[in-house]
Amino acid sequence: MKLLVCISQTPDTTAKVSFKSDGKEFDAAGVQFIMNPYDEWYALVRACELRETLGGSVTALNVGPAANETTIRKALAIGADDAVRINADPQSAGFVAKQIAEYARSQNFDIIFFGKETIDYNGSEVGAMVAEYLDMPYISYASKLDLNGNTATLERDIEGGVEVLEVDLPFVVSAAKGMAEQRIPNMRGIMTARTKPLVEVAPVAFEDAAKAVQFTLPPAKAGVKLIDPENMDELVRLLHEEAKVI
Amino acid sequence: MVLVFAESPRGILKKAAFEAVTYGKKTADLLGTSCVALTLGSVKNAGELGVYGASRVLNIADTAFEHFDSQAVAAAIATIAQQNGATVVVLSHTSTGKSIAGRLSVRLNAGLVSGVNSLPAVNGAALHVKKSVFSGKAIAEYQIDSAVKVLSLMGNAVKPEATGAAISVENASAGAKGRIRVKEVKTQEGIVPLPEAEIVVSAGRGMKDPANWGIVEDLATTLHATTACSRPVADSHWRPHHEHVGQTGIAIRPNLYIAIGISGAIQHLAGVNNSKVIVVINKDPEAPFFKAADYGVVGDLFDIVPRLNASFKKFKAGH
Ligand SMILES: Cc1cc2nc3c(=O)[nH]c(=O)nc-3n(C[C@H](O)[C@H](O)[C@H](O)COP(=O)(O)OP(=O)(O)OC[C@H]3O[C@@H](n4cnc5c(N)ncnc54)[C@H](O)[C@@H]3O)c2cc1C
Repeated sequence: MKLLVCISQTPDTTAKVSFKSDGKEFDAAGVQFIMNPYDEWYALVRACELRETLGGSVTALNVGPAANETTIRKALAIGADDAVRINADPQSAGFVAKQIAEYARSQNFDIIFFGKETIDYNGSEVGAMVAEYLDMPYISYASKLDLNGNTATLERDIEGGVEVLEVDLPFVVSAAKGMAEQRIPNMRGIMTARTKPLVEVAPVAFEDAAKAVQFTLPPAKAGVKLIDPENMDELVRLLHEEAKVI
Repeated sequence: MVLVFAESPRGILKKAAFEAVTYGKKTADLLGTSCVALTLGSVKNAGELGVYGASRVLNIADTAFEHFDSQAVAAAIATIAQQNGATVVVLSHTSTGKSIAGRLSVRLNAGLVSGVNSLPAVNGAALHVKKSVFSGKAIAEYQIDSAVKVLSLMGNAVKPEATGAAISVENASAGAKGRIRVKEVKTQEGIVPLPEAEIVVSAGRGMKDPANWGIVEDLATTLHATTACSRPVADSHWRPHHEHVGQTGIAIRPNLYIAIGISGAIQHLAGVNNSKVIVVINKDPEAPFFKAADYGVVGDLFDIVPRLNASFKKFKAGH
């Protein structure tokens, strides 16, 4: 079983978000970065579990600068066998997908894992793009993944329910809550992660036609209007007459 | 022209499709072109898309489309887009749209922005569109320069607008070659799924015990609302996982979000802060949620929620 897990590095969930150069660029000063939670908790852990029961290898892949190696080492500490870093600024979903696809094309992975989306650009785009480049089936928002020989059974979250499906290897999947439980790396994992192979790969040229050109912060809320707890009729009146939502 | 893929889960067009066609029609007006809708499989009310602005409705009747496979669907949309010279393709940012948007952008060599929440601005041959990023903490404006552009539209971002009349549906064809075998689709009947809900009543650990949820459900029934919950509530199995909203759960943007006994942690807000109006009921006046709220009630939820329900009932009876 040859498994690839694509991991992204994102600002911590509690990070204060601000921009510099007149809103043209994310301001990373003082921001703590983490592995994108869905990539870590669900995709990576499920891949490690499959390797533990079926054998094979788990490769963690990140498109990013050398500074991302702390995050990549964490993936190795959690259980990936080796890692690849494609040495480029992850400018956009289209750019990242192209890099991953070009790398994976010649590697014959059985399953390529993604998290359901990143918590910074919230696009849910990269997995589907890679699947198309590689002409593979794609199952998004999978909350369950089991393998039986060459056939996988998955559950996929859909609006108001789940879809149960089967697909043969190889395929691309994005992982959602339910696929696995978060693992905290142990001391042994952290120690062995230091010596596991981490290969640097050069990027290919790609120009994305969609570019973020301006960031703004959402307009501040006007401030909460406190309602007398004894007067719920007043709250209902305001929701009807002022907010016009009922 | 602007091509809108009007999704029809289990053969029925829902709000997401009407929103997408409304958006497609308005985008087409901005570009001085027409809006064409595409449906796949057997679809009950496809002609209704004319009401929301489609000047043509195409349908590929192939039964293979009755089971979803992103590969087959993306290939069919791409074929129709190319045959008809589409310059913009609009999808819904749903489980379906998220599975195909990336594929379609690769096939059509198109720039993609997913989860757009307002109409594009036309700038020569480029389009500028906005979406929410950093889990609701910022807004990004994108410029798309490619000849063909793919946009997926966030739910509840535009209101379906009936501007035309139902039209007849034209048959189209494109090969369907999927490799996924759908075995079963399990849905809860009779509940509006959270991403589509206009009113959401949500409760957190302040409820103390799952046995207390009756007052929340009663309120939701009065308002025809969908119920949601915070993460610890789902994690401790007080409520089903599909109710979990927030950073790790579902992100929603209803017109009205009523938060009961939820502290308003940043990871919870990440999934609900795009709601149009937020009402917070919490006994702690320092609860962080009040900073994100439009209306707040400081007090004991066990006392307030039943009285709020009574007031809503009185209002509904009079309207
Ligand atoms: C990486 C990460 C991801 C996360 N993702 C999510 C997510 O997706 N969604 C999510 O919800 N959380 C998420 N969390 C957890 C989040 O940080 C909070 O812990 C959680 O939202 C708290 O849930 P709560 O508000 O229900 O409970 P609490 O924080 O315990 O708050 C309960 C509230 O109820 C009030 N209360 C108690 N009794 C009463 C009463 N009788 N009347 C009125 N008010 C009362 C209290 O004043 C308090 O404000 C995440 C955390 C992390 C670290």
